[in-house]
Amino acid sequence: MNFSLTEEQQMLQDSASRFVGQDYSFERRQKDVNLSQGFDPGLWRQMADLGWLAVPFSEANGGFGGDATDLMVLMEQFGKGLVASPYLPTILLFGRTLDLGASGALCQDLVPRLIDGQLQGSLAFMERQARYQLSDARTSAVREGEYFLINGEKTLVLNGSAADKLIVSTRTSGNQLDENGISLFLVDADAPGVSRTDYRLMDGQRAANLHLRQVRVKADQLIGGEDKGLALLQQVIDQATSGICAEALGLMSQLTNTTIEYSKARKQFGVAIGSFQVLQHRMVDMFTACEQTRSLLYRATCSADKPDSPEHRKNLHALKMLTGRKGKAVGNEAIQLHGGMGITDELDVGHYVKRLMVLNSLFGDADYHQQHLAALSLAA
Amino acid sequence: MDTTLSTDDLKFQDEVRTFFAKAAPEKARQLISHPETYKQGIVQWQKQLYDQGWVAPFWPKEHGGAGWNVTQSYIYECERVQANAPDVVPFGLKMVGPVIYTYGNDEQKRHFLPGILSGDDWWCQGYSEPGAGSDLASLKTRADRDGDDYIVNGSKIWTTYAQYADWIFCLVRTEQSTKPQNGISFLLIDMQTPGITVSPIPSINGVYSLNEVHFDNVRVPQANRIGEEGQGWTYAKSLLAHERTAIARVADSKSRLETLRQWAARERQGGRTMISDPMFQARFTEIEAELMALEYTELRVLAAMANNQSPGAESSLMKIKGTEIQQAIHELGMELAGVYGGIVADEEATVTDIGHDFGDQARKDFMYGRAATIYGGSNEIQKNIIAKRVLGL
Repeated sequence: MNFSLTEEQQMLQDSASRFVGQDYSFERRQKDVNLSQGFDPGLWRQMADLGWLAVPFSEANGGFGGDATDLMVLMEQFGKGLVASPYLPTILLFGRTLDLGASGALCQDLVPRLIDGQLQGSLAFMERQARYQLSDARTSAVREGEYFLINGEKTLVLNGSAADKLIVSTRTSGNQLDENGISLFLVDADAPGVSRTDYRLMDGQRAANLHLRQVRVKADQLIGGEDKGLALLQQVIDQATSGICAEALGLMSQLTNTTIEYSKARKQFGVAIGSFQVLQHRMVDMFTACEQTRSLLYRATCSADKPDSPEHRKNLHALKMLTGRKGKAVGNEAIQLHGGMGITDELDVGHYVKRLMVLNSLFGDADYHQQHLAALSLAA
Repeated sequence: MDTTLSTDDLKFQDEVRTFFAKAAPEKARQLISHPETYKQGIVQWQKQLYDQGWVAPFWPKEHGGAGWNVTQSYIYECERVQANAPDVVPFGLKMVGPVIYTYGNDEQKRHFLPGILSGDDWWCQGYSEPGAGSDLASLKTRADRDGDDYIVNGSKIWTTYAQYADWIFCLVRTEQSTKPQNGISFLLIDMQTPGITVSPIPSINGVYSLNEVHFDNVRVPQANRIGEEGQGWTYAKSLLAHERTAIARVADSKSRLETLRQWAARERQGGRTMISDPMFQARFTEIEAELMALEYTELRVLAAMANNQSPGAESSLMKIKGTEIQQAIHELGMELAGVYGGIVADEEATVTDIGHDFGDQARKDFMYGRAATIYGGSNEIQKNIIAKRVLGL
């Protein structure tokens, strides 16, 4: 049994933790999210220079070849500092879909540009009627000789308007809910027939609805095989799910620490409110929530090398479920214990909670994953 | 034990229903939903109620109340929610009004009550201070005698809609004493008085309703003091009980739960609607059962009030359960909206452009709803009150 980090992982953690502690601030973050694309390109270059954009990519494609632990270490620090960046959409969703499923030629063209911070990407996998079901796709791709013709609408495409290229999940055969018949295509953001409705999310970051009208895509832009895209999509989203749970843990532990510090400083009835047992117990619950989440995160990270095993699937569902529930509980308590200050825009607490809320619903909320856990645990 | 409606009650119900059908509350509601026309909508609606004589059901008849019994008030609230009609703003009608007619002198009643009823005067509440939240009695805003006036200095915080207010009712310290509850007086202050500044506090749902109100040598006639000097805490406490009962918002939660049901009937996953999802059903009915219980708790409190006086420590229970239910409804709404609950609609990407008609509302409700367990005396304080006054601990 060993839960300690390797020397390399420790270095990665130190560099991220130093960055968050020294170079990044809540004030900078609030400035960044008000920029039109929702992040600061300078920050993105800095992340490229630090080597963080290379972390999850395979060595074959010029990456660092990092594993689930490397990613966990990095994402937890992003959470602690409430870092606003397109790391999730560009690297973990778009980049990893290429890395795991695209042809050598496509990867050689695009992955180095991602690692250098020169390319922004998005994965468009959601539709209005689908809720969290990845296989529910109406957007159609119909073969026309060497091309596919794509029509439909994808919703909540993270980083959708800043993206230079997008990977879009479509239906190439079967019925709306079939697992077979999903195909992923690489689409240029400025291709004829592509338009976007851009909006802000509650955490300040940007997303878009993607409209595709008669978009012609060459057959060699197909990623992961015709009709066989769902497995690849699921694999990418599973890895990203672990990633955002690590980020959520970072957010939760930061909220817990902030609340403990506030309770020591805020005086009512002549004493620090942290001296009241009822509040002490509530902060102990917050601390326990963080520790339990950390344990499941480690558990799912340790089984990540067997991604298709029932064991890993159970770990992942339990992790996202618990992170959702505990994250919500920690967020609610952090606001409550800060009193009126907790609901102001000025304090960082509300902004941490908003990011937690966005992550909670991304890739399936607690209820959704609980049902999937039940299906695996209680199957006859 | 009998809650069947009598023939008279049914007649009353009919009358209320007819009124709401004619009053067309959706017009006022439309105005209220936009920040620029919020006040206009509220005042307009309040005047409609005023003309009907129903703006202050709980007030004694001699002061302009409707003189309804508990059953009639209950019927009215049920019908109001059914008609999706707005509630009145509580600061004048539910908070300071009862204090003025209970503890004020005849001149004060004559001067202030008509404007509260007609909606011509907008009131706000000056209780909390930056250093005095849950520990309200530690407030520091001071009022020093100067001839026939007081000179007021200090700051009040979390003042809802101070930007619209004509008047503020304030707790101020008129005497430094050993027990913080002593030496507090209850003052009515004209917001136009020189020396008052209102600074907005942006809140986490992006809506502007909260303020900090600063008093810099503000001159207030002693005639604007309610009751005895130094007795403000006693008057405030009776008001707090009213406020807490109002914060429970049982009728409002019923209507929100119904809205949630309608949303769930449309939202789909895996080819079926969320209303048939067992997890959703479990969460929904858990809230529903608590709310069904609270509705009767409220009726029991109201019936007790009708028999003697103001609501006591039971109002703390109402506040705790009522706000917990509100937040549970907000949370379920937010989760029902899924990823779309995270979207912030604006002029460039409207709810229609985004293609999801309740996510934006669910988010706003959820974020601001976090305040419900904080304001009006945090729920932790309410539990202390019950432990002390009801359980004798």
